Amino acid sequence: MNLILVTFIILLAFTSYYFGRKKALVIQSSQRLTALPKFYGYYLAAWCAAPALIIFALWSVFEPSIVKTFILQDYTDQNLTKNELQLIYTKVKALAAGTYTGNITNFLDESANKYIQLKGIANSAKVAIILAILIFSLSFAYRSVQKNDRMREPVEIFLKWVLFVASLGAVLVTIGIVFSLLFEAIRFFQAVKIFDFIFGTHWYPAKTFVRDGQPDPELMKDAFGAVPLFAGTFFIAFIAMCVAIPIGLLSGIYLSEYAGRGIRKYAKPIIEILAGIPTVVYGFFAALTVGPFVKEIGNAMGLEVSAESALAAGAVMGVMIIPFISSLSDDVMTAVPQNLRDGSYAMGATKSETVKKVIFPAALPGIVGSILLAVSRAVGETMIVVMASGLAANLTMNPLESTSTITAQIVVILIGDQQFGDPKTQSAFALGISLFIVTLLLNVIALSVVKKYREKYE
Amino acid sequence: MSKIKAENVNVYYGSKQALFDVSIDIAEKEVTALIGPSGCGKSTFLRCLNRMNDVIEICRVEGSIKMDNLELNSRKLDVVRLRENVGMVFQKPNPFPKTIYENVAYGPTIHGIAQSKEEMDQIVETSLKKAALWNEVKDRLDEIGTGLSGGQQQRLCIARAISVSPEVILMDEPCSALDPIATAQIEELIDDLKKEVTIVIVTHSMSQAARVSQKTGFFHLGKLIEFGPTDKIFKNPDNQQTQDYITGRFG
Amino acid sequence: MTSLDPGLPEEEDRQLIQMVSYKYEAEVKDLLLKNPDYLGKIVPIKLTASDDVDQVHKGNYPRDIPEENRRVNDYQLQIYDMLNERGDILSEFNISFFTSPDSREAELAGIASSFMGTVFSILVCLAFSFPVAVLAAIYLEEFAPKNKFTDFIEVNINNLAAVPSIVFGLLGLGVLLAVFNLPRSTPLVGGITLSLMTLPTIIIAARASLKAVPPSIREAALAIGASNMQTTMHHTVPLSMPGTLSGTIIGLAQALGETAPLILIGMVAFVNTIPGTPVDPAASLPVQIYIWSESAERGFVEKVSACIMVLLAFLILMNLAAQIVRHKFEKKWS
Ligand SMILES: Nc1ncnc2c1ncn2[C@@H]1O[C@H](COP(=O)(O)OP(=O)(O)OP(=O)(O)O)[C@@H](O)[C@H]1O
Ligand SMILES: [Mg+2]
Repeated sequence: MNLILVTFIILLAFTSYYFGRKKALVIQSSQRLTALPKFYGYYLAAWCAAPALIIFALWSVFEPSIVKTFILQDYTDQNLTKNELQLIYTKVKALAAGTYTGNITNFLDESANKYIQLKGIANSAKVAIILAILIFSLSFAYRSVQKNDRMREPVEIFLKWVLFVASLGAVLVTIGIVFSLLFEAIRFFQAVKIFDFIFGTHWYPAKTFVRDGQPDPELMKDAFGAVPLFAGTFFIAFIAMCVAIPIGLLSGIYLSEYAGRGIRKYAKPIIEILAGIPTVVYGFFAALTVGPFVKEIGNAMGLEVSAESALAAGAVMGVMIIPFISSLSDDVMTAVPQNLRDGSYAMGATKSETVKKVIFPAALPGIVGSILLAVSRAVGETMIVVMASGLAANLTMNPLESTSTITAQIVVILIGDQQFGDPKTQSAFALGISLFIVTLLLNVIALSVVKKYREKYE
Repeated sequence: MSKIKAENVNVYYGSKQALFDVSIDIAEKEVTALIGPSGCGKSTFLRCLNRMNDVIEICRVEGSIKMDNLELNSRKLDVVRLRENVGMVFQKPNPFPKTIYENVAYGPTIHGIAQSKEEMDQIVETSLKKAALWNEVKDRLDEIGTGLSGGQQQRLCIARAISVSPEVILMDEPCSALDPIATAQIEELIDDLKKEVTIVIVTHSMSQAARVSQKTGFFHLGKLIEFGPTDKIFKNPDNQQTQDYITGRFG
Repeated sequence: MTSLDPGLPEEEDRQLIQMVSYKYEAEVKDLLLKNPDYLGKIVPIKLTASDDVDQVHKGNYPRDIPEENRRVNDYQLQIYDMLNERGDILSEFNISFFTSPDSREAELAGIASSFMGTVFSILVCLAFSFPVAVLAAIYLEEFAPKNKFTDFIEVNINNLAAVPSIVFGLLGLGVLLAVFNLPRSTPLVGGITLSLMTLPTIIIAARASLKAVPPSIREAALAIGASNMQTTMHHTVPLSMPGTLSGTIIGLAQALGETAPLILIGMVAFVNTIPGTPVDPAASLPVQIYIWSESAERGFVEKVSACIMVLLAFLILMNLAAQIVRHKFEKKWS
């Protein structure tokens, strides 16, 4: 039904395009056109399709919930919970579709009939309204065409609106992120106190699993303390930065100040490709090679090392981040104006003095920004820690033991079948929102630092 | 016969005023030259005549500019139609990175001037001929326009401007990026064109202004200091500043 | 196999069968279907070795540990050595790796299902992100008035580009699956989730390349009477396309290697069929790497390596394509 309606609208729009163009050619014989003939076509087509499709979309969004309210009105006096109502509604819908297999009560049957009836009314109303809109908007548009009004401007304004709506897409994604995280996280914090989450030192969500009924609140209190995860996340990120910052910066300095044109020409694309290697590949590498290697070395030195040590995961993550820091700091240093360099050389400074005393300090804000971005990446990195660091959340500062991170726990919790409404599942969203806030802060600071830096040299 | 009549034009870039009470009468089918030191507002004034200042967000134009009694400085004006009638050639040749043919055909296409392919071919040919470029490019119309030499590119831009048969052509230092030979070609072209179109040209070369124009206006610090027949301006100007400028004692 | 020694006792027969992949029934059936006249005769037949025998053959298997700790017992080893001496064990290029779906048995597992999953996800991702991103970039770069709201959109996009990918997975789970009830574990949902991630990347690239179009081109078009929209659509956007496309390819390459968000929306489910549409359950190449590397059998390690090679080959190709496209673009303005 919907498909036919949409196809009809679109076909009609195409027809009106050709009709509008034809009409323009007719007008042309007596008056000067206000725009190219095709704009007359676009004008009619836009007026035909846009209002009808917008109404159609709105209708499709709101119809189900309105029908649902109508159906569930009959159940208001029965004092049912939200979930029970939802279940009833699902049953009613299944019954109406003829796919219900449970036992049918009178009440249910009545509701199903009502549902079918409502759907029928809604459907015919929808078709009627959309046809009316089509007739109305098309005749309005046709009048303008006949009067030979300006045609290009309205079409362009319409296009501009389309572009504007597209640019809202990005905002919509952010809103989607915030709301989907908040929605579940708030429900989580209804079951677990926010204080216990932020300051608790035991993370063991599996403990709360109970077959039936509500889990013990005392248990809940002690199962969702996120401190070990926060600590593990920053600990691993710290190890990663210890690896990535020195190497990345040095290679950035080399590329921007020392490397010749030939080397740059090949090094840049290679670094870009390195930066594009999927993290799951690094994760595999970390789990299969680096982890056991670190363990062996540690054992040889008489230390007790876990095969899934924080050190292995952090080191590999550091390697992953090197190209990121290297290319960002290269960009930042290349942006330092040439006259600063020239001034330093003119005073007789050597190359390394110039780099150390002039370029590096001048580029420092930009470099700090890049490093913050890199930290945000390390904090948000998932696959390496899932595969190479432990999944048990130990609160430890020993790089040879295994720890877990926010991202790893989200994956562990949500892999396989999830049950919405379970505090364990919701805790993943609470972790998600903490991760989002942390990385957002890092990004906002980093981006504003970098932006200020750019403006300084432009 | 006056083609364009500007009265008390004031232009502001944000809070900074670039033109002060400029009033000028531009005669039909003549070449009017605008001269003056850098930053005095020649380009600004020129861009008022085809509303190119609309593109600059902070720019605000006050006063009245009438072309054939049509107010140009009005919100209701159809800018597209105006620019079809008032063409513009820029300082640096800026052909589209498309073929020579497409460069010239673009204007007629968007204004729906040609009804058929033959008509379009005809327009392209006459425009290129008027721009004195036809003989050089007639065998390679489908080559990229940016591949021509600087002088050829500028003539291509002129061909592009005349392809929609404008009544007025504005030229903003059209020869400043060209060598003397190409400059001479363009000047010759201007001489030819003025039989059919009104031309307003901004130039930094006194000799060029003297050679091609019938009227000359001298701008200084956003004011039109003196305006009159080119001969008079160059031989015995009324204003001391004008005198100083054209004799090179300025500044 | 029975031709080696017909009439073996049952227990040893079972152990022999364990040495070949359980696909042997199908392999024998295929052979008989193709050559019906083989029925009742004794003919040589090629069977796929089990992963354990495979590992023995590659020398990865320690023979010196006690028999009860080994997956291959002494009897099987003896048979293996005999076959090996007779030159009856062949190593061949494993074409079925590319044509078979995933399997619990390492020797049979292939990347066909995850490969198709990746292809569908990337197509969906492209279909959703590219048009929206390009339109948004055009608006922001060419039409947006400078005000608080467009500043906000801009900041928003820059920050979105740095949001960890797993958060997009949570979004996909919380909105696409829970609210819109789209089918779980499918490339459709995976692709949409990835497209939200690629959106800012493409917008940023497209804006940069729109900005790189020289203003003189815009002035030229405007001066001949093109409207802003015509100038943009006829000149600026086509000229910016190489840069935009190169950014899009880079964005898609990122999406191609993305694992965590796909795990969250259930694309880790074990799928042993090859998906034919974007709404069939599927895995994707990086997820397949993850799944296999979590398996205990040694045989999967090699599968992972092969899968990584396929994935990297793709990424390198895409990066090269992006750089070639961009190179073409740079030439134009020089
Ligand atoms: N886009 C702009 N924004 C702000 N101010 C501007 C802008 N364009 C021009 N101006 C200012 O307006 C004044 C006049 O500029 P205009 O370009 O008209 O000078 P001009 O006479 O054409 O100079 P030149 O001979 O160098 O081309 C100058 O002081 C200039 O700084
Ligand atoms: Mg100027």
